[in-house]
Amino acid sequence: MSTHTADRTPDTAPAVDAPAVRLRSRHLLGIEGLTPAEITLILDTSEAMKEVGKRAIKKVPALRGRTVVNLFFEPSTRTRTSFEIAEKRLSADTLSIATATSSVTKGESLLDTVRNLEAMSPDMIVMRHASSGAPHLLARTCHSAIINAGDGMHEHPTQALLDAFTIREHKGRLAGLKIAIVGDLLHSRVLRSNLILLKTMGADLWVCGPATLFPPAIEQFEVHATTSVDEAVEGADVVMMLRIQNERMHGHFIPSVREYFALFGMTPARLRRASPEVILMHPGPMNRGVEIDSEVADGPYSVILEQVSNGVAVRMAVLYLLAGREADLSEVS
Amino acid sequence: MKLLVKGGRLIDPAAGRDGAFDVLIEDGRVAKVGRDLPANDAAIFEVPRGALVVPGLIDMHVHLREPGQEHKETIATGTASAVAGGFTAVACMPNTDPINDHAGITQFILKKAAEAGLARVYPIGAVSLGSRGEQLAELGEQRTAGCVAFSDDGRPVATALLMRRALEYAGMLKAVIIDHCEDPSLKGDGVAHEGYRAAALGLRGIPGAAESLMVERDISLAELTGARVHVAHMSARQSLRAVRAGKARGVQVTCEVAPHHFTLTDDALAEPVQYDTNVKMNPPLREAADRDAMLEGLADGSIDAIATDHAPHHADEKMVEFDRAPFGIVGLETAVPIVFDRLIHTGRITLTRMIELLSVNPARILGIPGGTLTEGQLGDVTILAPDMATTISAGALRSRSKNTPYDGWQFRGGVAATIVGGRVVYQHPQ
Repeated sequence: MSTHTADRTPDTAPAVDAPAVRLRSRHLLGIEGLTPAEITLILDTSEAMKEVGKRAIKKVPALRGRTVVNLFFEPSTRTRTSFEIAEKRLSADTLSIATATSSVTKGESLLDTVRNLEAMSPDMIVMRHASSGAPHLLARTCHSAIINAGDGMHEHPTQALLDAFTIREHKGRLAGLKIAIVGDLLHSRVLRSNLILLKTMGADLWVCGPATLFPPAIEQFEVHATTSVDEAVEGADVVMMLRIQNERMHGHFIPSVREYFALFGMTPARLRRASPEVILMHPGPMNRGVEIDSEVADGPYSVILEQVSNGVAVRMAVLYLLAGREADLSEVS
Repeated sequence: MKLLVKGGRLIDPAAGRDGAFDVLIEDGRVAKVGRDLPANDAAIFEVPRGALVVPGLIDMHVHLREPGQEHKETIATGTASAVAGGFTAVACMPNTDPINDHAGITQFILKKAAEAGLARVYPIGAVSLGSRGEQLAELGEQRTAGCVAFSDDGRPVATALLMRRALEYAGMLKAVIIDHCEDPSLKGDGVAHEGYRAAALGLRGIPGAAESLMVERDISLAELTGARVHVAHMSARQSLRAVRAGKARGVQVTCEVAPHHFTLTDDALAEPVQYDTNVKMNPPLREAADRDAMLEGLADGSIDAIATDHAPHHADEKMVEFDRAPFGIVGLETAVPIVFDRLIHTGRITLTRMIELLSVNPARILGIPGGTLTEGQLGDVTILAPDMATTISAGALRSRSKNTPYDGWQFRGGVAATIVGGRVVYQHPQ
């Protein structure tokens, strides 16, 4: 029996407003294009997957016989490990390839690298790449299902999904929550995926950072944008911090990490402006003392490690659904 | 050898002619223009019904890639593409490999062009050695060898001082400096217009100000030196504003715009194909306000020329991640259909203005023959078919490269035939 899902077309998709039982696309290139029903489907499926992770034997046969390649052109510990564990818990055969972009520069093109891998008939390719749109190039030209594990400054869809899952676990909903995202907005793929997802699900979204790190035309993103952390955090149900890379002063984005922390760092005092039930999130890796005070990162409001745990469940759900499985979880339960 | 171009409507703005005239070409030059000329011993070229007879079109900004990058284009394939697009002459930029910063390379290009025997080729020499912006190239020697203008295209003339000296020196040689206007620090590693589209797609942006800053510098230096400067492939509305202001106070500044900059916007980054590298060019496709400003500038006369910035790249080079793909698209064979469809049939400009933009003004700016069909002038004629239904097919392009964003697009208007020196070098198959 063929394990390729290449013949599935969007024609078989349910109406947009009906409850989704499967994803319309066979790729996950980004949050862009997902309907609220599809997002809800992934989050609901993640709940069942999370339960699998709590068992003594954390393994189900859902993807038995399927081959998943994790192709990482950028260093990653958290995301790659999370995908690998998710794949193993679903009984997929997996392998991970970590390639520095520089070695690809010298020889093979991205398409040739992937075509060679495809000659060995994988079913899915999970890819992280420094170039925005790299997974879209693969999706246009390759046979495998492509899962975007982060492309340049564009999207990181599974991160946004695990963030949404974590928020939903704590708040029971996404719609109507005040969510503040603070940090390097310009370079962040986590921001872009979260913007689309949280807006699609009806959250009240605030973004904050230094003016130099705003995306151009921020007003067209239809969010509240401010350079005042206090304003962004005021009454927030969720505060999400984004990483500041230490080398950002080189592009004249910030004068120093010291000043960044003074103006934008999340301190206990700043967090006190938020709702008393606020949750504090960070996609990692954290720069303690740069964008976030350790007292906040390790404090009672922090759900940072829960995000990591939930990442496995959400990635299991994505893999499961993209493998062509309907939202019938009989094989999982 | 004699050729009588018979019938059709002759439009020759420089000579003030517009009407039913025949053109007799003898020994490569126009021998006579008149009504119902007798053929005598001349071969007859029957102009198709409804077609226009105009002075040969001149594309003052192309990349022919030879020497050094013959996998993208050669002088033979590039000039085949030119005549298929209605261009009887092209001016080729010096960023070949090696850079055309020396008379020997200029001579090589001219020799190859003569061998191909299609469009006329006017080399543009480098302003600085290797276009590195450090030392003036031997402009005088290059001028003698046949360069008609100078440019470090692909990058701006690096410093204000070098630009000042280049303007003064080239002015002495009666040659214009063509500048690729772009502030390198503002451009950074940008790959698309800085705006909503690039921000949403996670692409690094190049603001319009990166271009207009350099345009303003160059206009100030042209004013200082009294020399002529020409702004290549203008794309930003701020640049147009600067050019208008410069012209208004009498500075000798001219500018060109490429068809994609008055047709497309950065919306093309997102659809129909996301991250299509065939919409990656430098300067980038800008937003609607810039595109509309270019349309206004074409109509009101502040833009002097339409030039394609024909930039062939091999498919392998373009089938990569967006930020790794080279900048540029081919343009020679799509320009005329686009101009008809988007400028003439929409009523934005007149046919006279079209010929000024595509022939009269390029000849005047470069100081080359052509741009008119009066007695004694070059026998270079383009036969235009304003109502021809044209469907662009990338695979059918004469250019060696197929990197066009217009594959499958349909336009009203095309080229019926191209005549260079009294020789029919291209004829539309229909």
